[in-house]
Amino acid sequence: MLQMVVCVKQVPDTAEVRIDPRTNTLVRAGVPAIINPFDAHAVEAAVRLKEKYGGRVTALSMGPLQAEEVLRRALGMGADRAILLTDRAFAGSDTLATSYILARAIEALSRETPVDLVFCGKQAIDGDTAQVGPGIATRLGFTQLTYCMAIDAVDLEQGYIQVQRKLEGKREIIRGRLPALLTVVKDLNELSYLSLPALIRAALATITTWNKDNLDLDPAQIGLKGSPTSVRRIFAPPARPGGEIIPGEPRAAAATLVARLVQMKIIADK
Amino acid sequence: MALRFEVVIVGAGPAGLAAAITLARAGVEVIIFERGEHPGSKNVMGGVLYRHPTETIVPRFYQEAPLERPVVEQRLWLLTDEAALTLGYKSMTFAGEPYNAFTVLRARFDRWLAEQAVAAGALLINETVVEDLLWEKDRVVGVRAGRAEGDVRAEVVILAEGANSLLTQKAGLKKDGINTNQLAVAVKEIIALPREKIEDRFNLEEGQGCTIELLGDATKGMMGTAFIYTNKDSLSVGVGVLLSSLVRRRLNPNDLLEHLKSHPMVRRLLTGGESKEYQGHLIPEGGYRAIPKLYGNGVLVAGDAAMLVNGIHREGSNLAMTSGLLAAKTILAAREKGDYSAANLAPYREMLAESFVLQDLQKYQRAPFFFDQNPHFFTLYPQLLSRAAREFLTVDNVPKGEKQKRIWREITAERSRIQLAGDLYHFWRVMG
Ligand SMILES: Cc1cc2nc3c(=O)[nH]c(=O)nc-3n(C[C@H](O)[C@H](O)[C@H](O)COP(=O)(O)OP(=O)(O)OC[C@H]3O[C@@H](n4cnc5c(N)ncnc54)[C@H](O)[C@@H]3O)c2cc1C
Ligand SMILES: Cc1cc2nc3c(=O)[nH]c(=O)nc-3n(C[C@H](O)[C@H](O)[C@H](O)COP(=O)(O)OP(=O)(O)OC[C@H]3O[C@@H](n4cnc5c(N)ncnc54)[C@H](O)[C@@H]3O)c2cc1C
Repeated sequence: MLQMVVCVKQVPDTAEVRIDPRTNTLVRAGVPAIINPFDAHAVEAAVRLKEKYGGRVTALSMGPLQAEEVLRRALGMGADRAILLTDRAFAGSDTLATSYILARAIEALSRETPVDLVFCGKQAIDGDTAQVGPGIATRLGFTQLTYCMAIDAVDLEQGYIQVQRKLEGKREIIRGRLPALLTVVKDLNELSYLSLPALIRAALATITTWNKDNLDLDPAQIGLKGSPTSVRRIFAPPARPGGEIIPGEPRAAAATLVARLVQMKIIADK
Repeated sequence: MALRFEVVIVGAGPAGLAAAITLARAGVEVIIFERGEHPGSKNVMGGVLYRHPTETIVPRFYQEAPLERPVVEQRLWLLTDEAALTLGYKSMTFAGEPYNAFTVLRARFDRWLAEQAVAAGALLINETVVEDLLWEKDRVVGVRAGRAEGDVRAEVVILAEGANSLLTQKAGLKKDGINTNQLAVAVKEIIALPREKIEDRFNLEEGQGCTIELLGDATKGMMGTAFIYTNKDSLSVGVGVLLSSLVRRRLNPNDLLEHLKSHPMVRRLLTGGESKEYQGHLIPEGGYRAIPKLYGNGVLVAGDAAMLVNGIHREGSNLAMTSGLLAAKTILAAREKGDYSAANLAPYREMLAESFVLQDLQKYQRAPFFFDQNPHFFTLYPQLLSRAAREFLTVDNVPKGEKQKRIWREITAERSRIQLAGDLYHFWRVMG
């Protein structure tokens, strides 16, 4: 029986995010939120391990109340329960504070039943730091296995897990002792298509919420106070100067284009 | 064992959601299926949302719904290749309560409307296509969703699936498949532009909006219209024409949109804008005569799926919401009797007939056929009107009386007096 926790983050759909050129902040208003894509693969991996070895999958997210939606998604994918960590005091947490709060929540879960495996995405597509997973592993003293692209075996008797890590141009097969924290890449699996009863169950499920009082937290280590990082500046790469658009009917425009390319000696004059 | 709900609704557009909200509030167990990632993600609309019908579903929605701009001005432009004849109406009474209409982006608005349905107790299932209906003899008893264990039994099914109404056909309510005379295809681009630029270019006070409908060269003379709507910090620019005329002219809608965007009257409005999104969609334009059977045993059709679109007035979402609301009311009455057979669902059609929905469509019932048969209304007349205006406004020492004669000669050279009289008569009969 594997006790597993998957950390899922709610992120803005990057396809629709813009950066406000004046304030240098992300314009999140009205942008739909989605589950961090890597985290979906993390949930899938945990659910598949559960099917193979038995066990229980808990999805964990820190965020505002709306983050319920990504937890529902995890439930629909087969997670057994979902816990939302939400409190005003958590607002403004950087990776240090976020990993502290998540680690504390995992410790609380471990007091019920010891946790064997924690899953995180490789990185969040908005923050992009890839620090939260390693941060949690370090705090918990778990084996840290990043960029997992395959899980070969889990042996609870011997207490190890064997994974393949995705490295540039190669893969590394590595065995680590349990408990372990994995950060995963998309190659790990294909998301499976949920059954209708599973979706309905997820839509109707109640989501447990924990606030700061449910966890044993040092107030100096959470929220803005516990966050030494500050973002100095964030900016979109400068827009490329617009090219020239040749107007007109396709035939005439093509002729103009060819003439221009010949003139610029990009193509030969025949 | 199959899942069981009292009502299944297919499609979370304005029609399905209006029905869902009404039913859920009355305590009915409703499940809504939406094939998009979330409601609105597959929907395309100019789009102008009308305040009145929306308020019958969610009172004071405008205080919290994601809207773009209240529409204070509507313009109509008749284009030729280099000119435009324009007409418009602007009123500051539209700028405040009770409001008349708003521009919206459906990806946001539908999602919000769906939240209202869920808050009322409806169950929304996204990313799930309803593939088929479940039957028992001649009555619909549920749906088959495209997922494992996807059968859902229901007392009654509302088909609010939009223009591409495959299930309405499967329900036997509509005979023919896609009829190119009854469907328009529309493409639309969302062009980002800073709000101050929008307000300057369109002569708007802060936060206010305007719409432009364009005819004539805007559609290369095909039956249809183009539009430019102002959002908060983008413009919705699109063009829609009858599928049959596109096929006849061997054109594709993208070319039409590019043609529109490069028109001298339009180009400057868009300059510097960044294209954010490109979408295409069908609009049912068959009108009154193409309306399918609206109900059967255990099934009702609402919105675009039922061809309830008034193309002439660019109204669709309001007919969709109103029909969804009336479908729900019909179901609530049938629920009292515990009988959802066709006979008990018949009041749906009667209520629609008493409302503006069928009355408006009936009024214009000849229009689709008439304009399809008389394309010169979209080609020749804009030209003639434009030439007449140019002649009249050109100051060249020709006496006005002589100018009028010239204009008349030009017109009658193209269309005989008898033809003109006929056109006028028929136009009046179709539109009046
Ligand atoms: C525009 C912007 C501005 C920011 N400004 C500030 C600032 O001013 N001050 C400041 O201190 N910090 C700031 N942050 C940092 C922000 O708080 C981080 O996004 C957050 O700490 C998580 O880091 P990450 O997104 O890089 O996650 P990563 O480390 O890239 O995430 C890896 C994995 O960790 C898990 N994970 C991460 N976050 C969560 C979560 N909340 N719940 C559950 N699992 C999670 C997921 O499994 C995820 O796949 C800013 C971030 C952004 C994008
Ligand atoms: C370019 C354009 C501009 C328009 N402009 C305006 C305007 O300015 N004002 C106005 O009032 N109207 C406008 N309309 C018309 C308006 O968009 C429609 O009349 C209105 O959306 C109809 O609502 P509906 O709920 O019937 O259908 P839709 O809004 O089309 O919703 C149907 C929903 O059903 C879903 N669906 C379909 N089949 C299935 C299935 N088998 N299983 C699960 N889900 C399914 C679809 O994904 C969709 O979300 C415009 C239309 C277009 C294309």
